[in-house]
Amino acid sequence: MKILVCITNVPDTTAKITFTDNDTKLNKNGVQYIIGPYDDYALARGVELKEQSGGTLTVLHVGEADADPQIRKALAIGADDAIRINADPLDSYFTASQIAHVAKQNNYDLILMGRESIDFNSGVVHGLVGEMLEIPSYSPVMKLEINGTTATIAREIDGGKETLTVSLPLVLGCQEPIAEWKIPNMRGIMTARTKPLQVLEPVSVDEMTTPGKYALPAPKGACKMIPADEAATLIKLLQTEAKVL
Amino acid sequence: MSVLIFIELDNGVIKKTSLEAILYGSKVAEKTGGEATVLAFGSADSSELEKAGHYGATKVLHASGEKLNHENSLAYADALVQAVNQEQSKVIIISKSGLGDAVAARAAAKLKAGVVSGVTELPEINGSFKVTRSIYTGKAFATTEIKSDIKILVVKKNAVEIDENALSTVQAVVEAFSPNLRDSDFKATVTNVEKAASELSLTEADIIVSGGRGMKSPDQWQPLLDLASALGAATGCSKPVSDLDWRPHHEHIGQTGIKVAPNLYIACGISGAIQHLAGVNGSKCIVVINKDPEAPFFKAADYGIVGDVFEILPKLTEAARNLK
Ligand SMILES: Cc1cc2nc3c(=O)[nH]c(=O)nc-3n(C[C@H](O)[C@H](O)[C@H](O)COP(=O)(O)OP(=O)(O)OC[C@H]3O[C@@H](n4cnc5c(N)ncnc54)[C@H](O)[C@@H]3O)c2cc1C
Repeated sequence: MKILVCITNVPDTTAKITFTDNDTKLNKNGVQYIIGPYDDYALARGVELKEQSGGTLTVLHVGEADADPQIRKALAIGADDAIRINADPLDSYFTASQIAHVAKQNNYDLILMGRESIDFNSGVVHGLVGEMLEIPSYSPVMKLEINGTTATIAREIDGGKETLTVSLPLVLGCQEPIAEWKIPNMRGIMTARTKPLQVLEPVSVDEMTTPGKYALPAPKGACKMIPADEAATLIKLLQTEAKVL
Repeated sequence: MSVLIFIELDNGVIKKTSLEAILYGSKVAEKTGGEATVLAFGSADSSELEKAGHYGATKVLHASGEKLNHENSLAYADALVQAVNQEQSKVIIISKSGLGDAVAARAAAKLKAGVVSGVTELPEINGSFKVTRSIYTGKAFATTEIKSDIKILVVKKNAVEIDENALSTVQAVVEAFSPNLRDSDFKATVTNVEKAASELSLTEADIIVSGGRGMKSPDQWQPLLDLASALGAATGCSKPVSDLDWRPHHEHIGQTGIKVAPNLYIACGISGAIQHLAGVNGSKCIVVINKDPEAPFFKAADYGIVGDVFEILPKLTEAARNLK
């Protein structure tokens, strides 16, 4: 089985978000980058499936060289090789087009990624890639078993979950509890250094959107504290002052 | 510009987030001198679909039939593209959900359309078409210009506010719509659906009462459930709570769980870690109950009570019951 796992390189979940260059760029100062947490679940499950089936796992990132440490981490966790498309991705359509281009040349059985990136939270790349390759896509997937060429998937639907079986190839957007995040071990880190990381130039894509300015939300007002022994007055305030009841 | 709005039904009833999408789409149509058409899938009475008119839509295309009852993003996207071609739609509005994102994405690839997900406000249209959307899980906003001929907007809850008193009495015309369905869209076999039918869905709820590790154990959830039922609220939880199986996974709110945007979010025994806040920062009003006055959640709250949840929850429940 040939597996492709697509990863994002995003600010850590605790990062303080501010902007520079007249609010057109993220201020990367002091921001630590990580593999997107959802992508990390996809990677973990991909590695498990590869180990079970004895296939190969390629990790793909569309982005610039500052992502290389995260790509090496994915290799240390268990990917066999990596591809980086050397571009600053403009939008989901651009990113999906690059992924689809790589996928068309390599005929993967399974393309895994996170349900969404935690920087732009779009959650549309898996669907775009699926359609570009004319294969089914599902998200958010919480459970994935492969038996021969058939996948059994449990995915979240509004207020519950649904289990379905469908044949490969597939594109899946993953979330917990599909697998536990994996931490690379010493041996993994050593072997990752010599695993191949191919850097390719992007294919050209029509510009669908142009990024504009960024803004921060208005600061929150002070929290009104209510003494514990007057808890009931809270309900009144919610009704008459906040007008939410 | 002709606008097409994809809506979701829940047991034949238009979801609240979809009503917002209709209102949003109608406002875009009005701004640009076009008509707003709704596309609905699955069983529903015409009398329900006609309500789309109250929110500004002129027409509803209704694709019914056994095959379309079960949510299927592949088939819905195929049908949506056929509706876009029939209506010559230029803007497509979809409310944000797993299904909404999937339909938007697949339709965007078919139509070569720019797609922006997480839109929080009406677009700015004057020569160019600009949208504002939420990024970094609610920590910031971005404006984006959509340049493609056809534009797809996936709209977040509360992007427009429904004023019940300002709704029109006009009814939309409901037309049967029979898209060509491809076998390839129906290859998956659904073997099981687990849906808590009685529960209010978190993404739709106006009020959410949510519990964290401070609720101590799964068998101590009753006081929280009581408050939720007194307020007609949905229930949620923090990640460790669902990781520990105290509550079902679909209640998990936050960065790695569901993002919610209710009018009122009541957090009981949740510390307010940044990853949890990321899922609730779209809420209009946040109440925090925590025994630790230093709990970070208070910094993100509108109202706070420092105290023991097990003492405070029953008091709130009683007061809430007396409201009605
Ligand atoms: C990549 C990543 C993603 C994550 N995603 C999420 C996510 O999506 N959602 C999420 O929730 N978390 C997420 N987390 C975990 C998050 O960092 C916190 O660990 C978690 O939110 C803490 O949950 P909690 O507040 O329920 O528990 P705790 O942090 O243990 O807090 C319990 C709180 O209850 C209070 N308390 C205890 N007893 C009482 C009492 N009797 N009365 C009143 N108050 C009481 C305590 O003072 C404390 O503040 C993520 C973490 C990482 C690293």
